[in-house]
Amino acid sequence: MSRPPRTVFLERRTYRRRRLADAARLLPVIGALLLLFPLLWVPDPDQPASTGFGGLYIFAVWAGLIVAAAWMSRNLTRSEPDATEKERSE
Amino acid sequence: MGKRVLLIEDEPNIIQAISFILSRDGWTVDSHADGKTAMAEIARRGPDLVILDVMLPNRSGLDILQDLRADPATEALPVLMLTARGQKRDRELAERYGANRFMTKPFSNAEVLESVRQLAGP
Amino acid sequence: MIGFNVLVLVCLVYVATLFLVAFAAEKRAERGAVGWLRSPLVYTLSLSIYCTAWTFYGAVGYAVRSGLEFVTIYLGPTLVMIGWWWLVRKLVRIGRSQRITSIADLISSRYGKSNLLGVIVTLLAVIGTTPYIALQLQSVTLSFSVFSGDGGAVPEFASLSNTALAVAAGLALFAILFGTRSLDVNERHHGVVTAIALEAVVKLVALVAVGVFVVWGVAGGPADMMARIDASRIADWNLAGGRWATLIFLSAAAFLCLPRMFQVMVVENADEQQVAVASWAFPLYLFAMSLFVIPIAVIGLTVLPGGNPDLYVLTVPLALDQEGLAMLSFLGGFSSATSMVIVAAIALATMVSNHIVMPIWLSTRKGGASMSGDVRDVVILARRISIAAILALGYLYFRFSGGSEALAAIGLIAFVGVAQVLPAMLGGLFWRGATRNGAAIGLILGFAIWAYTLFLPSFGDSFLLSATVLQDGPWGVGWLRPRALFGVEGLDPVVHAVFWSMVINTAGFFLGSLASFPEPLERLQGAQFVNVYDYSRNAPGWTRSTPEAEDLLIMTQRILGPAEAQALFQAEAQAQGKAGYLPDTTPDFVETLERELAGSVGAATANAMVGQITGGAAVSVEDLMAVADETAQIMEYSSQLEAKSKELSNTAAQLRDANEKLTQLSIQKDAFLSQISHELRTPMTSIRAFSEILMSGPMSEADQAKFSTIIHDEAIRLTRLLDDLLDLSVLENGQVSLNWQDANLNQILDRAVTSSGSMEAERSLTIRRDPGAEDIALVTDADRLAQVFINLIANARKYCDAAAPELRVTASQQGNALVVDFIDNGSGIPKASQSMIFEKFARLTDQSRAGGAGLGLAICREIVAKLGGSIGYLPGQGGAAFRVRLPVAQAKAAE
Repeated sequence: MSRPPRTVFLERRTYRRRRLADAARLLPVIGALLLLFPLLWVPDPDQPASTGFGGLYIFAVWAGLIVAAAWMSRNLTRSEPDATEKERSE
Repeated sequence: MGKRVLLIEDEPNIIQAISFILSRDGWTVDSHADGKTAMAEIARRGPDLVILDVMLPNRSGLDILQDLRADPATEALPVLMLTARGQKRDRELAERYGANRFMTKPFSNAEVLESVRQLAGP
Repeated sequence: MIGFNVLVLVCLVYVATLFLVAFAAEKRAERGAVGWLRSPLVYTLSLSIYCTAWTFYGAVGYAVRSGLEFVTIYLGPTLVMIGWWWLVRKLVRIGRSQRITSIADLISSRYGKSNLLGVIVTLLAVIGTTPYIALQLQSVTLSFSVFSGDGGAVPEFASLSNTALAVAAGLALFAILFGTRSLDVNERHHGVVTAIALEAVVKLVALVAVGVFVVWGVAGGPADMMARIDASRIADWNLAGGRWATLIFLSAAAFLCLPRMFQVMVVENADEQQVAVASWAFPLYLFAMSLFVIPIAVIGLTVLPGGNPDLYVLTVPLALDQEGLAMLSFLGGFSSATSMVIVAAIALATMVSNHIVMPIWLSTRKGGASMSGDVRDVVILARRISIAAILALGYLYFRFSGGSEALAAIGLIAFVGVAQVLPAMLGGLFWRGATRNGAAIGLILGFAIWAYTLFLPSFGDSFLLSATVLQDGPWGVGWLRPRALFGVEGLDPVVHAVFWSMVINTAGFFLGSLASFPEPLERLQGAQFVNVYDYSRNAPGWTRSTPEAEDLLIMTQRILGPAEAQALFQAEAQAQGKAGYLPDTTPDFVETLERELAGSVGAATANAMVGQITGGAAVSVEDLMAVADETAQIMEYSSQLEAKSKELSNTAAQLRDANEKLTQLSIQKDAFLSQISHELRTPMTSIRAFSEILMSGPMSEADQAKFSTIIHDEAIRLTRLLDDLLDLSVLENGQVSLNWQDANLNQILDRAVTSSGSMEAERSLTIRRDPGAEDIALVTDADRLAQVFINLIANARKYCDAAAPELRVTASQQGNALVVDFIDNGSGIPKASQSMIFEKFARLTDQSRAGGAGLGLAICREIVAKLGGSIGYLPGQGGAAFRVRLPVAQAKAAE
């Protein structure tokens, strides 16, 4: 393979894209952890967690996940035409 | 005349034949049958001409020829090679090693006489 | 108050609009102007069939009963979608590259196109979906009843069933019209997808409108809303940890495994860009659908404390005299129900017709493997009947399940049922070791446990499981109680069922896969699924008929070779008046092609292969078994080829060896010829020289006699040499015929001694023998054996260098062998030479040259070998010693 000067730039983009794919893989894991986080709130029989606060937390996390997913998917698909690297699932 | 020929050959009948032909022409013929001691015999006798068979017991005539040519005392000594194998390779080797003449058995008596006369001529 | 007739009219107008939209979309797609039909937005909206009437009406009811927990049902799909890079992307890629038609097809295809698995998944899907369809029918009829009279109270059940019937029939009609218009290879339905996208907008707008109304119209904005929530019955968040986590997992699993979700997410998918956008847009949709659920629930509790919370979305606007909003809400609920039912019916019908109806139909026909063009009609008919049957089933379930109470919980129960596909699906996507047997075991176990622990108990004690079984377990075995399997008590029924079914399902799948061995086709499919990114780039968008022809061409090239396949396709394209290599895939052409292929790979394989590409439906189990078998045969054939090529390289090696031997032989031959030349020329030299001497003139009588004798001797020597050469040549070539006869060793030795003594006795040799020991009878060729003895005696006479040469001949019998030793009293043969004395021309010394040419011992060796014995030099005897070993009872067999 010949290596034109642009290659450095391309390689860098490919590298970026791979790391972005890593982040995209990590996102649902982070999301799951955040959504399960309320389970760790200390159960207090006298004053249980409120639906209002819990709802705010859940919806805030949800919104955050949506924004993150949107940002990642935009970047992942925008760079897709350049990405010719072979992806392996194993 | 009285020139001396040393015949190095292991076949008794051939020795007898060549000795007869050459002596009749006035040559003094000595013979030797062993390859290993041939060099010493040549040095001892100091012949004017050596008739050398290729296939000798214990040492090849070609080896003896090489020694003769390497030794300053004998490098100019006329050598007539004889062989019964008649292969081209033997003739080529003999010429490369410096044989003056090469003859294949069976030879004609006149031919031998002629060669000896030429090589050790007056 | 909106009258019932107005309601029906609005519904009809709405449905007509849906038909029009669907029809327009189909027309548009047929013209090839796919454009926005394939936009990521439409794709995202079509995913919203996840939100059924269970969401639209049920979420509020769920919130009233369990507070914030309802949100788990939407968090699971959110996690799946934002994690699209893991799974959905791969599913979509496989779906496109393998032309997957349904989730049952995915599982079947992955595990070696096993129809068994297709049937299992189809049954599972039908059982899990039917109650769900019933639930939709119920919600539609309930919402009708709300308008028909007594605002929120549960209406008379019987009067509703007619409405349900009408709704079911209408949905069946829609599904049949737009779900089976054509039999596309990829099962893509633009009309349906566009219609459900529209419905998705309607239900979102309706729910958000109701939400906005309650937050800003009823309450005084978000702050007031928060205060009202805190003051309400559901202010406390009673977080049940097990249920929370389990339901998130369960909804994620169901999102992937629900037949209708698979239909819109994978089958209807056009490219990966759609998935990329949906990865955030669909969670956003779910977010918006969920955002106002709690507010609506809280307001509903204040406005209609005694009303059915499952209908608050509808009854709250009505109670507050917002008829327009109520109508919108009604349409939203109607949309939710209808879109789910339509897609579910289409997805199920595809599965039922492909995996159950078609295999049965093919097997009942004579020569089912040789399908023709009418298969497509059969498939479409099967689909239509399946759709009608599934909706009928849903209606009947609704009719006989006794109404609302039993159906309320069916959503989650159905989720657990379809989630049983998850291990086989994930395993198939990421683990090449997953096998068909493992998948079948896991599916069946999971399905059974689901039915036993959750599905059947959901009917109470009215169906199959009696109250005693529920209470005490079957036959009173406590640890088999459906709600406390293996003695695990106190768990929520859903959590209990999810835990046990998933654990046992996965364990069965895993262990079954480890224990079984996959067939070739399974391994091939496994590799193509797991490593889908290696096998396919992002495939270009699908256009009508071309990929099919292209796929056929690719496949044909693999079988017929590129040149022939291209010629075939080009000829067909030309016959159809098209340029290039891709003709329309008419039934005629497919048939021709199939016949061509059958010539190369056999009919069954060709049929199955063409069938896979032209209409995945028509592949029977037998066909696939045949493919597997033929694949195995091909593999065997290729291993035979491998063996052949190994043989070839062996032959080449042998040729190389032979060539080396020939070269050596040629060298030996040169040496031999050189020797012969020497041996012949030497006596000839003497003969010629002395002849010339005799000719040259007169000489003494003595000389003359002497020379004549030499000539004579040398002539004899020449003759003997020639004799020996001929003798040896005959012996070596095996042309010698032996004269086997009874003989006595003593006599043979006598002959040999006499014979050798008669030769010129120039040297005296004393021969010592022991006649008594020599008296041994043997069967041999006496003349040949005598020749050997003569040679040995002559050798001793010639070469023994002792002052008084003496030869001792001893004979003895050793077992079966007769041993004769010839030992002289000379100096013997040097050790280095002992091994070569039997070779030709192996003369050791120059003594007595005139005797022989050195062929004697070589001849001896040949003769003794021919006589079945051996001859060797016997060292350590003082002098030269030869031992001849002969078999006593020499049979003529040796001849």
